[in-house]
Amino acid sequence: MERLTVADTIREITRNHLTEHNGLLMGQAVSAVGWVNNTVPDCPGIIELPMSDVAGAGIAVGSALVGRRTIFVIRFQDFLILNGSPLIFYAAKIKELHNRPAPIFVRAIAAEGIGPVHSGVLHSIFMHFPGFRVCAPMTPGEYRAIWKDYLEHDDPMIVSEHRISYGNTEEINDMYVPDPDITLYAISSTRFEVGKAARLLADDGIRCSIVHLYWLKPFVVDERLSHPLMRSRIGMVIDSGHEICGAAQAIAYALSEATGYRVAALGTEDKTKCLCEPHQNKAPDAQRIYLAVKQLMESDDLVL
Amino acid sequence: MRSADFGVNPGLPKLAREEVSLKLFYRMCLARYFDLGVVQASEQGRINIPVYLSLGQEAISAAMSMVIPEFQIFAQHRCHATYLTFGGDPAKLRDELLGLPTGCSGGRAGSNCLQSHEGSMTMFGHHGLIGENVPLGVGAAMGSNKPTVCFFGDGAAEEDYVFSAMAFAVTKQLPVLFVCEDNNLSILTPVKDRRSWDMTKVAAALGMPAVQFSDDPWMILHETERLSKQLPAFIDCFTCRANWHVGVGTDGPPEWDRFQLVKERLAKQGLTDQAEKIEREVQERMNKLWNA
Repeated sequence: MERLTVADTIREITRNHLTEHNGLLMGQAVSAVGWVNNTVPDCPGIIELPMSDVAGAGIAVGSALVGRRTIFVIRFQDFLILNGSPLIFYAAKIKELHNRPAPIFVRAIAAEGIGPVHSGVLHSIFMHFPGFRVCAPMTPGEYRAIWKDYLEHDDPMIVSEHRISYGNTEEINDMYVPDPDITLYAISSTRFEVGKAARLLADDGIRCSIVHLYWLKPFVVDERLSHPLMRSRIGMVIDSGHEICGAAQAIAYALSEATGYRVAALGTEDKTKCLCEPHQNKAPDAQRIYLAVKQLMESDDLVL
Repeated sequence: MRSADFGVNPGLPKLAREEVSLKLFYRMCLARYFDLGVVQASEQGRINIPVYLSLGQEAISAAMSMVIPEFQIFAQHRCHATYLTFGGDPAKLRDELLGLPTGCSGGRAGSNCLQSHEGSMTMFGHHGLIGENVPLGVGAAMGSNKPTVCFFGDGAAEEDYVFSAMAFAVTKQLPVLFVCEDNNLSILTPVKDRRSWDMTKVAAALGMPAVQFSDDPWMILHETERLSKQLPAFIDCFTCRANWHVGVGTDGPPEWDRFQLVKERLAKQGLTDQAEKIEREVQERMNKLWNA
């Protein structure tokens, strides 16, 4: 039997939601030019929004408010800045203020190397605001899990997707090594690079355990996360978004607080993502992760 | 252009049934005397949160609530009158302003964020960003296919997302009544200092019926009745805010006092005694409410 890709999984979940559960899908240009990387099905329940970002997001939140469990597609995560107002100021606040939910499912799609306002990874911003559940699924199984979670709760959910994951058919498992020197925690597209980095590091005699993160908020430091760190005593969180004040730093802090061990953070640099090489400021790849870990392991202040 | 009788058909009160005119006045009294209680409670220090009074603007929702009581309501931040005239519980509003758990949002949301989902009333809370309720209301109308009214001020009318949402309602032919409670002021900056264009012309250009008149409640009754059958539609209703944008202070008398004008009109209709009785009873009820 042919395995489903992440894109197939998203499309079939959506089709079922729209055709069997009275759901809606809204977004700009969702029913043309590849149907959002083949993640949107051709079926009833799809509403093309005008190119009015704030109004469009408000319309989507309004429909969620009356029980349609709307899937809201944002083709590039950078557009979350424009679309953010109704999400942050209304959808995320109404449950706490008024005890009424607006459970909107926001598919925010990240990409790489296509310029300053189409390459962003912005899940960190939404982790900052109360009221959201935030996740970054990269496998078919993870996508099914976060969809189930969405249906079991009534909170707005920010789903930080990444185009690089859409063709993926495999689940990505944690990897534990005996006597690890460091535990690497990977988020979003960096999850496809961290294994390669670990192999490069192994060649240099550095043993890495790898923990894959797709739940970003609520973030709970459970045994799966803490145990490898207790053994390696050093960790690093790697994210596709900006490192400064981002998910990598926040999660590194949470892990460090929970275990007492040093956890470093690695993300994109504090620079604009330009369109052309070598200024694209891409997410950490295997080589960059390798160099960052080497630098960390060679530093004098490994212990807190 | 703004005046108490701009665009108003002076013959309408005569055509209205007495009980309709008196019910209209009752609802205006409800909003007015509740807010006068807010003024007193604020001056006494019992209310310690920012309050957005409806004083002076009561006629709009008082009249609309009689024509479209079943509409989903997406009110603006200045929403005491909307809440009360459409049937919200005054005690729950009082408790909300006092920050009590028995308030309409458990004492968490305050004056500009009122909601009510009791009985046949469906009013969603505003969160304080002007105009935010317009796209939300449009989305709710689309999602539920229920008729919806969005109230907003002349300042919110300038928000780009308000236009866009109104345009979308036209595109999809959604059952939404857009009502601009136009008090001419964004805090204290008048419309003429903020823009050269007219919201009614914009709404008409988007392709919906659009009218502009002053807040004579009989005119509002008449036009709401007419336009509620032609949704989406837009009403720009000139009105006068009696108090500050936020708080209970005043900056001198408003351009006109609709409450007084309605009383004078009722007197002409020979309804003075009934109106005075209604006013007295509501006043007593609100005194009791605030002194409980």
